[in-house]
Formats: sequence, structure tokens, C-alpha cells
Amino acid sequence: MATVTRPLPGQVVRERRSAGLWRDAWGRLRKNRLALVGLFMVLLLLFLGIFGPFIAPYPYAQQDLKAIQQAAADGYGIGPLNPGQYGHVLGTDQLGRDLLSRLLDGARISVSVALVVQLVILLIGVPIGAIAGWFSGRLDNLLMRFTDIIYAFPDLLFIIILSVVFRETAFGRAFDGLLMIFVAIGLTSWVTVARLVRGQLLSLKETEFVEAARAIGVQDRKIITKHLLPNGVGPIIVAVTLGIPGAIIAESTLSYIGIGVQPPRASWGSLIAEGYKWIRAEPHLVLFPAICIASALASFTFLGDGLRDALDPKLKGKQ
Amino acid sequence: MIRYITRRLLWIIPVLFAVSVITFLLMHAVPGGPWAREKALPDAVEARLNAKYGLDQPLYEQYGRWAIAFATGDLGPSYRYQDRTVNDIVADGFWVTFQLGVMAFGLAVLVGIPLGILAALGHNRWPDYLTTSISILGVTTPSFVLGILLIVVFSVQLGWFPTGGWEGPETWVLPTIALAGFPIAVIARYTRASMLEVTRKDYIRTAHSKGVRNQSVVSRHMIRNALIPVVTILGPTLAFLVTGSFIIERVFNIPGIGQFYLNAISTRDYSLLMAMTMLYAFAVAFLNVVVDVLYAYIDPRIRYS
Repeated sequence: MATVTRPLPGQVVRERRSAGLWRDAWGRLRKNRLALVGLFMVLLLLFLGIFGPFIAPYPYAQQDLKAIQQAAADGYGIGPLNPGQYGHVLGTDQLGRDLLSRLLDGARISVSVALVVQLVILLIGVPIGAIAGWFSGRLDNLLMRFTDIIYAFPDLLFIIILSVVFRETAFGRAFDGLLMIFVAIGLTSWVTVARLVRGQLLSLKETEFVEAARAIGVQDRKIITKHLLPNGVGPIIVAVTLGIPGAIIAESTLSYIGIGVQPPRASWGSLIAEGYKWIRAEPHLVLFPAICIASALASFTFLGDGLRDALDPKLKGKQ
Repeated sequence: MIRYITRRLLWIIPVLFAVSVITFLLMHAVPGGPWAREKALPDAVEARLNAKYGLDQPLYEQYGRWAIAFATGDLGPSYRYQDRTVNDIVADGFWVTFQLGVMAFGLAVLVGIPLGILAALGHNRWPDYLTTSISILGVTTPSFVLGILLIVVFSVQLGWFPTGGWEGPETWVLPTIALAGFPIAVIARYTRASMLEVTRKDYIRTAHSKGVRNQSVVSRHMIRNALIPVVTILGPTLAFLVTGSFIIERVFNIPGIGQFYLNAISTRDYSLLMAMTMLYAFAVAFLNVVVDVLYAYIDPRIRYS
């Protein structure tokens, strides 16, 4: 590009500051109202996940038996307290545990699901995808056949078996059984990211700047880390963000069927399972956790959609 | 084409083999066995039981026996339901699960695709907003939550449908909707995006400018081309329906195979667990081949080698 372009007569030349990928993307993201709502909700969820226990009016496992007895004496019958009764904004469960405090603890669980599972996925999926894409040929074939097997393997079964195997070990008990669930969900869902990274590498490998780098003798490792990964990182970020709702769904589903976080802690999924027993009299015990799950999923979906449109305008509106 | 299909179908065999070995090893790594009860059996009884079912043999021999029996269609005795073979249990529950899956798939396609098309045709007007809201709801509500909410509203509050069971058409409605909710949202989103992309294509402009009626541009050029990429997500959708049905069966107390699957793990019912896993893996692998073949059939530009 050695030719100097001169403005045509009458043309106003506007300085365009060289904008990097990220500045460009941020500019596009800022104009997307739904994505901003998502970003705000994600930040709120992160805040609640980290500081929730300090805001919570009660410890999540503390039983307010006095309030339950008082309610019984006042003629409300024995059972969960309704929202607003006896100083419990969202009511309590049948054991007198404050629902708001338990929901806030659930936020902490969901936030850690969102972060830890995606970390596991990245740690497994990116190297495998990168190796497969870079050394195409036999190794690639082998790795991709391996992903076929993982894909056909029932993830629910794998997670349940893993949780039964490790239930009594230190690993199984770490963080109230959560760590194992996260690792298990991660181990079953890295395939998408691996395939994505591989596809990215395969197409980037053919680009001219990679060819140029290779021609001047840059090492393979450097080409991968300096040229290929930074160029392929956009779609990976999008895939990770859009993978978070899946992980939250998986965790809440596992907790709902009773595998997952150990009592007395409760994730939103197990709160729904517990509350379901009182569905006729106290539908709020199911409704509030359901609203929490839905808004957490919505926030990451909005943000992920927005990021995708911002980072890769070509793919606008596609999955 | 036929060579491609045969190769893909044959590839299912090594996949199933690998899945069976992994499951077998994992299963036997789990502490406890099928005879663990609240009250422990006397050692001698347990040893006799193990001998009778071959559980005292080395693992590779147990696997070999299982594999040979499996290849001949014998899924073995159930350890938990001792009066029934695994073949009976699978035969009983399979059709219920299959029926639920097929109905949910049908609903997802029949609602999702038209919703997506309407949204794209009414881009940025009310049909678009309606579809977007429905798909946001569908994507943000896990199927078990949707199931429970449906029960709360339509069974408990309104009393229109029973809360569970699988006895007749009125019991089918809620589970089918609950299972189809998520796929409807995904399919609608995808169809909408695909339609919007096709709208901008040159051949659509050509069709319009040579005076083809709008109606036939939409039906003959836009929809047919827009649906091609939609086929690719049907594979993941079907896989979702298979696992999703297990959870929905639990929510609605439906006597399909999903119930047995979850129980088989906790009771270490080895043979039942293996059979269910193989069934699942086969379903996922096979449906993937079907979708890929369908893809080539719909879009003649795609050729497989």
C-alpha cells in the first residue's frame, strides 16, 4: 500500500483513528441495548455472587424457629412463611430458613458454575482443538474421532457416576461437592470449544500472514501463540459466554434431581426441588428461584449474543 | 453417497465400543455393588450372588461376556428388578420415551420454523418481537423449570391437565410442551437469522425485479434456502431431546426409560445401566448420521466423499 491517496476535490477527509479489534467491538457493543442490559445483569450477578453473603439478612442455613412458632401461634399453620412475614422479605422454607439468604447463596453457586466450568472447558478444549487444527492429518483425525466418542457419551451418566465415585474423597467434598460437579460438567462439554478452535486454526493457517511468518522462520509454537490464538480469540470468547447458560442449566438440573450441591447448601435447582413439595400452598418457593435462574440465563445469553455481533459482525444473528 | 452413508454407519460401531468400555470401567470403579442394601447381606450370600452373576470374574472377562451377549441381543438380567430382564424393561419404557421425544420434536419443528419465518418477514415489527420474546423465554427456562411452571399454572391453578402420568392424550400435553420449549426457541432463533440472511441475497432481488409475486419469492426462494442451515441444528436438538426426556419423565412421573436410567446408577444395576447407555449413545450417533445425510439431500450443492 505504497500509493498515497489524495482526497478528491471537495471531499472532507476525516481522521479515523486506527481502531483495534477490541475498541471496534466495544463501540458496537455499546450501541446494542440488549447486550448492555445483559452486561449490567451479569455484573450484578457477579456482585451478588461475591458479596451476597454479606448482604444476606440471615446466614443461609439458619433456622428461624421462633418465627415459625409465632406463625403457628398466630393461626397461619405450620409450614413455610409467606413473603413479608416476620421479617423475612421473601418468606422461609418449612425449616424457617430465609429464602432471600438462600437465593443469595445460590447466586454464589451459579457464579462459580459460570466461571469454573468455562475455565475447565478452555483448559481442555483449546489445547486439543489447537493441536488438532495445527497438526492436521492423522493426529487431527484421531482427536476428532475422540470428540465423536465424547459427543455420543451420555453426559448425565458421566457426571452422576463421577459424583458417586468421588463422593467420599477430598475432591468430591471440596466446596460442598461443587468442585466435582463443575469439573464433571466441564469434562463433558469441552467438545464444542475444541471443534471451534480447530476450525479457526484450519482457516487461519492458510492466511498470508501466517505463511509469511513461517517463511521468515518463526517457530511453530510462536505462530500459534502470537498469531493464531489472538486472531481466533473472538469466537472463543463468544462460545464461552454462550456456553455459560448451558452450564448453569446443567448444574441446576443436577441439583434438581438431587446430585450436586450437598445440603444444607442449596443451589437454585435444589431450592426448586424442595419448594415443589409445597407447590399448592406456597408457589413462591418455586417461583423465586425459577425467576433467578431465568434472569441469570437471560443475562449471559444477551451478553453473549451482543459479543458475537460485536466481535464478528459477519455472523450477526447466527448461533 | 451410499458409500458415505455406509462408512458413517459403520463408524458407529467403534464409537459404541469405546462408549461401552468407558462406561464399564467407570461403573465398576464406583464403590459398592448391586447387592448393597440398607441391611448388609451376609458375606456368604453375597459371594454366592457374585458367583451366580459372574461378578467374581476378572473385569475383562465380565466385559467379554457382556459384549458377546449384547451382540446377540441379550441385555442380561436386571440386578434390581430380579423378576425381569433388561430387555423387558427397555421394551416397556422405550416406546413411552420414544413417543414423548417424537412428539416434542414434531412440536419444536412445527412451531419453531414458522415462528422464525414470521419473525423474519415481519422484521422489527410485532411478529419479530413476539418471536424474540418467546425464544428468550424458551432459552432462559430450563426444561424442568418449564415443566414445573406448566404444572403450577395448568394443573394446580386451572386444573385443565393432570399433573403427571402417561395414560392418555390429556397427560401428553404438558410434558411435550415442557420438553419442546427449549428446542422451539433455538429453532425459531436460527430460522429467523437464516431467513434474514437470505433476504439480502442477490437472487432474491433478481426474483423480485423480474416480477415474481412476493408470495412465491418467499415460499420458493427464501424459505427453501433458509431452511438448509436450520437442518444442522436438528442434530443437537435431537440429542437434547434424548437427555431432556429423562428429566421431564421425572418431573411428570412418566414411566419411560429415563426413570430407570437414573435409578440404575444409584442401585448399581450394571446390566441395566450398560443397556441404557448403549441405547443413548446409539441414538445420538445414529441421529447425527441421519441429519448429515438429510443435509446433503436438501442441499444438492453439498457433496460428501
